[in-house]
Amino acid sequence: MGIRTLTVSELNSYLKRILMYDPILNNIVLKGEISNFKFHNSGHCYFSLKDNNSKIKCVMFRSDSSNLSFIPENGMNVIAKGYISIYERNGEYQLYVSSLEEIGLGRLHIEFEKLKQKLSKAGYFDEDRKQKIPFFPRRIAVVTSPTGAAIRDIISVITRRNNLANILIYPVLVQGEQASIQIAEAIEKLNEIEDIDVIILSRGGGSIEELWAFNEEIVAKGIYKSNKPIISAVGHETDFTISDFVSDLRAPTPSAAGELAVPPIADIKNTLDFFYNSIKSNFTNRLSSLRDNLNNYSEGRITKYLSFKVKEEQQNLDILYTNLSGSMTTEMSSLKEALSSLGENLNNLSPLSTLERGYSILLDEKKDKAIKTVEEVEIGDDVNILLHSGIIKCTAKEILKGENLFERKKG
Amino acid sequence: MKEKKDDKRVKDFEGNLSRLKEVVKLLEEGNTSLEESLKYFEEGISLYRICNGVLNEAEQKVSLLLEEDKELVEKPFLVTEEE
Repeated sequence: MGIRTLTVSELNSYLKRILMYDPILNNIVLKGEISNFKFHNSGHCYFSLKDNNSKIKCVMFRSDSSNLSFIPENGMNVIAKGYISIYERNGEYQLYVSSLEEIGLGRLHIEFEKLKQKLSKAGYFDEDRKQKIPFFPRRIAVVTSPTGAAIRDIISVITRRNNLANILIYPVLVQGEQASIQIAEAIEKLNEIEDIDVIILSRGGGSIEELWAFNEEIVAKGIYKSNKPIISAVGHETDFTISDFVSDLRAPTPSAAGELAVPPIADIKNTLDFFYNSIKSNFTNRLSSLRDNLNNYSEGRITKYLSFKVKEEQQNLDILYTNLSGSMTTEMSSLKEALSSLGENLNNLSPLSTLERGYSILLDEKKDKAIKTVEEVEIGDDVNILLHSGIIKCTAKEILKGENLFERKKG
Repeated sequence: MKEKKDDKRVKDFEGNLSRLKEVVKLLEEGNTSLEESLKYFEEGISLYRICNGVLNEAEQKVSLLLEEDKELVEKPFLVTEEE
């Protein structure tokens, strides 16, 4: 039984299915050199991986390419992970890349690491030998190419921030055989110019080969020996060179070097004005508070205060006196009253007062005892009659018993 | 000679500025006697004048170091626009 005639679509779709079910092609790790790299506006990357004899098309979609830690470039050796499938429209098989890793930068990378370790051991990177970048440099030397982008950036940043710092450009080659020698020489010569406060070594971005001069030992030694502080600003933010490590300060970019080298004059002016105003207002306040204090103690105020105080005391005294005399009077009169009522009572009770009213008391002969009834007296007894004004001695002549003596007498 | 003196003033700029900051702080704390305050006030104002003077002497130079007959000479550098 023969196979029926297929359409192109059917074939490609069939092949695609076969490739998809292959366990090796489904999980490929591939080594090769990047060529024809294109970064499409959509964010997808299209390129080829090749070795000496062969080549394969690759695509990396945006969702994966956005995770790349480096920008792929033609000539780069990489390891790609992904799967093989068919782009049915063109009938082309290709590698769908999910991750890309840069492999061994080769000779330069090894050299870089070797020198870095050697210099690190020799103490070139020690923090405690790093010099302080002056806060307010008057003259800044820039060792760089006079025609590069780096110098333009540095001049523009410095002049924008600071209108006092002078810039001296020491022109050098920043790549190629001669570059490192020129840079080292520039550092040495600039150390002889007295009024240079800080040196910037700079170069714009480039490949590791292009930045290589700043990884040379001769440049590292020149920086290490410099008595003037050095800022290293080589390449992009992600580029690290030996000169960055040896320098007193690393700037991620040439522009950043300009910022790190000079303080912004406008800010300093503001700070100065702030200080000036603060001193002035502080002093004015101090004076006016002193003046207020002084006014509190003026002569008039004191006299006023004193006379008020005296008046107040006088009033207090008056009140005290009034209270005192008032209570004295009350006390006295109540005492007097008590006394006189006592006297009256006493008077009423006294037998003498009865006598005053005309009564008399009959006492026996010896005046020992009051005689209250007729039975106590015999005819001929001597008795004494006690009156208000004296005593009458009497002898009883007759004794009449009974109670109606007054009546009988009248009769 | 004048340049030398100027240079020293600029070198002292940072010191003067930080001393000024200190003086302001002392005055703000207000623990000083009137007499001391007067002294700090005077000192502060004179530091301000010195610092401000330096800032106002703006005359910025951008120059290029060139070798002519084995001698290093400075030439004014003109910033060229991006080509």
